[in-house]
Amino acid sequence: MAEAVNYAVRFEMTGISKSFGATTALKDVNLKVVAGEVCALVGQNGAGKSTLMNILSGAAQPDTGTMMLDGVSYHPRNPLEARRSGVAMIHQELSLAPDLSVEENIVLGMEPAPYGIVRRAEIRAKAEDVLRQLHHSEISPTTPAGQLSVAEQQLVEIARALAIGCRVLVLDEPTSSIARADVERLFEIIGRLKAQGHAVVYISHFIDEVKEVADRFAVLRDGRNAGGGEVRSATRKEIVEMMVGRSMEELYPRTSRSPAEAILDIAPGIALRRGEVLGIAGLVGAGRTRLLRRLFALESSWKSVGMVSEDRKGEGLAMGMTVTDNLTLPRLTGWVSPSKQSALARRWIQDLEIRCHDDRQEISELSGGNQQKVALARLLYCDVDVLLLDEPTRGIDVGSKAQIYEWIDQLVTNGKAVLIVSSYFPELIGICDRVAVMHRGQLSAPRPVSEVDEHQLMLEACSGLDDSHEHHDSR
Amino acid sequence: MTRMNTMTRVEKTTREFKASEEKANKWLSRSGPVLGLFLVCLIFGFLVGPQFFRTGNLELIARQTAIVAVASLGMTVVIASAGIDLSVGSVVSLSTVVIALLLRSGVPPLAAVLAAVAVGVLCGAIVGLLVTRLCLLPFIVTLGMMLVVRGAAKGLADEQRVEAPITWINNLLRSPAGTESWLLLPAGVWIIIVLSLTTGAMLEYTRFGRHIFAIGSNERTARLCGVRIDACKLAVYSIGAGFAGLAGVMQFSKLSVGDPTVAAGLELDVIAAVIIGGGSLLGGRGSVFGTLVGATIMAVIQLGSSQRGLANWVQQIVTGAIIILAVALDHWRQHAHNHLRH
Repeated sequence: MAEAVNYAVRFEMTGISKSFGATTALKDVNLKVVAGEVCALVGQNGAGKSTLMNILSGAAQPDTGTMMLDGVSYHPRNPLEARRSGVAMIHQELSLAPDLSVEENIVLGMEPAPYGIVRRAEIRAKAEDVLRQLHHSEISPTTPAGQLSVAEQQLVEIARALAIGCRVLVLDEPTSSIARADVERLFEIIGRLKAQGHAVVYISHFIDEVKEVADRFAVLRDGRNAGGGEVRSATRKEIVEMMVGRSMEELYPRTSRSPAEAILDIAPGIALRRGEVLGIAGLVGAGRTRLLRRLFALESSWKSVGMVSEDRKGEGLAMGMTVTDNLTLPRLTGWVSPSKQSALARRWIQDLEIRCHDDRQEISELSGGNQQKVALARLLYCDVDVLLLDEPTRGIDVGSKAQIYEWIDQLVTNGKAVLIVSSYFPELIGICDRVAVMHRGQLSAPRPVSEVDEHQLMLEACSGLDDSHEHHDSR
Repeated sequence: MTRMNTMTRVEKTTREFKASEEKANKWLSRSGPVLGLFLVCLIFGFLVGPQFFRTGNLELIARQTAIVAVASLGMTVVIASAGIDLSVGSVVSLSTVVIALLLRSGVPPLAAVLAAVAVGVLCGAIVGLLVTRLCLLPFIVTLGMMLVVRGAAKGLADEQRVEAPITWINNLLRSPAGTESWLLLPAGVWIIIVLSLTTGAMLEYTRFGRHIFAIGSNERTARLCGVRIDACKLAVYSIGAGFAGLAGVMQFSKLSVGDPTVAAGLELDVIAAVIIGGGSLLGGRGSVFGTLVGATIMAVIQLGSSQRGLANWVQQIVTGAIIILAVALDHWRQHAHNHLRH
């Protein structure tokens, strides 16, 4: 790979803070990337990586802090301004116009069009030029973008950013939805961008990839800088330790549990037993949600299985409806009596300390924590034997978290079985009896929680390896 | 070096292969509606007899299509941008009333026609402003405008037909005769042909046209890339309703009076024409050519049914079935296509 052209500072963010309402997303964060460098931005889910990059790419404004781009003060008010100044972000969910051709997508918004008449030949030349720069001229400029594979669409997005002269490219988890072969191809492209003097910020929580593609790394934890340095001189373990940081305070109740007979087969040789909490540790995109969905779809017809979706707003709850409606939805009788419905709901609201004005309040007006309590209460109301919980505590306050942990403990003591998926490993260690790790669709055998620690889980979830294998990792 | 050469040659062949595949696919998606038209013509040719294909009859079809065709040119633009305009029928009736009133008060015919189109553009501009400034759904806005404009037409016309003097406007859709027989086709049909070509070129070859498809295909991306969404949408609805105003001129030419109750429900025929022609209500797709074929298919069914002596209710059932069939076939074709690739 060619040596970096020069080491001028491409962009620098200093003292960036940002809060949303009462929650602080970023606090005094600094980040500096020089030209011709790939900087990996790593951190756990919710550490503030995306917020920081949204600020850089103009989608959000910082509360305090300054940004410089190539030595000039830089304060984009929206993503368009950022692109025009030379900063583009390639999001996880790709954003091409599927009905337009590749070339039209590449020049969208800057078509050569004197008197409004589009110059097709110039567009073609321009598109072919940037695709050639990326060494991917096999992509036909006339294909509708919607017909390309995800990896190819990603490539077109990068080409589009290059076409308007972007010097800073932010790639947000670019490998989460593409195959391994495409990953190699992407890394080649990143190498080329680097050689051309672009600055690349690479967001990821796969340590392997970071080691493979990045020059430097910066770690965010709970919205603050938590270290960084040269990738070459840092071990996997060191990076993970920076990501995980402190230990978690006592938040997890645990009565003595006595697991009984198996009630649900999760994978060949792995069964969930009555009276236990089984945790699945894994990062977003590892295939955890698909596993839960498959279990739910297979089993729910003949066993009493309930699921809490990770996507609370999208499918977990009916946002336009009231607390009562949401609670009683799965077990409505043919004739709905509003007063009986309310009475039932009020009982659960009281039991679970759901904070709302009354049982007819719209669920969207509740806080995230209270919404999640309603989603859980619905399962309790159905009295299911097996609970599949997908990230049940994501984005909710500590108080609600503690309550949810308490119910989970109560449930299993009463002979229910709980399968919980989470990318927040301290909670898995806190509440589970056994933990299995999922990495890229592969589920490891579950181990008793006393035999694992958080660092090890993170290491396995990030790389699929345990530490002892590190030195003969040949990839 | 030789390896490089082989590489580029392989690349080139794959690309050429891909390009030809795309062309075939594009041709297929275009030819779908044409095939449908061919089939419908064949069926009615069989039912009605060879006189169905006589030039006189074909011209009749062209004239029958005129009103829907003009309005659906505008609708193609609106639907390509992922919008919808339900006020088309009302704008047509308002347009007839405006022409009639102006002609009656002695305004020259050309000025009356231009005024009618301008009234349409104005209605569209109002829709566009409401959609962009207040961020309202076009479905809702134009549903409201449908009533507002219809009411305005009735108010202007005092709730009755408006008689108007006979002018050249009434000859727009008549077969040319006498000194004008060199025209071969009615002037109105020529107008449609010219407008179709310009609209098609506008959609295909201008920045504005490509931006319309970009907005309809993925509005967020278009915004990110600096497409001026609000200005585009304002223009789109103005053009759409402007065409509806012109469709009103055709309607007036046929009726020779201003009628505030005419063309109720026309918007549905117009939307159907666009959809049969390959447009998608999700936006990003649609072509002028397809739309015209779609409009012709509907006219052929109407005319064929009445010449065969089929009752109106049969026509309606057949038209409805064809709309559903057209979309289902298209959906199936897309699905099969995507399936093949992945």
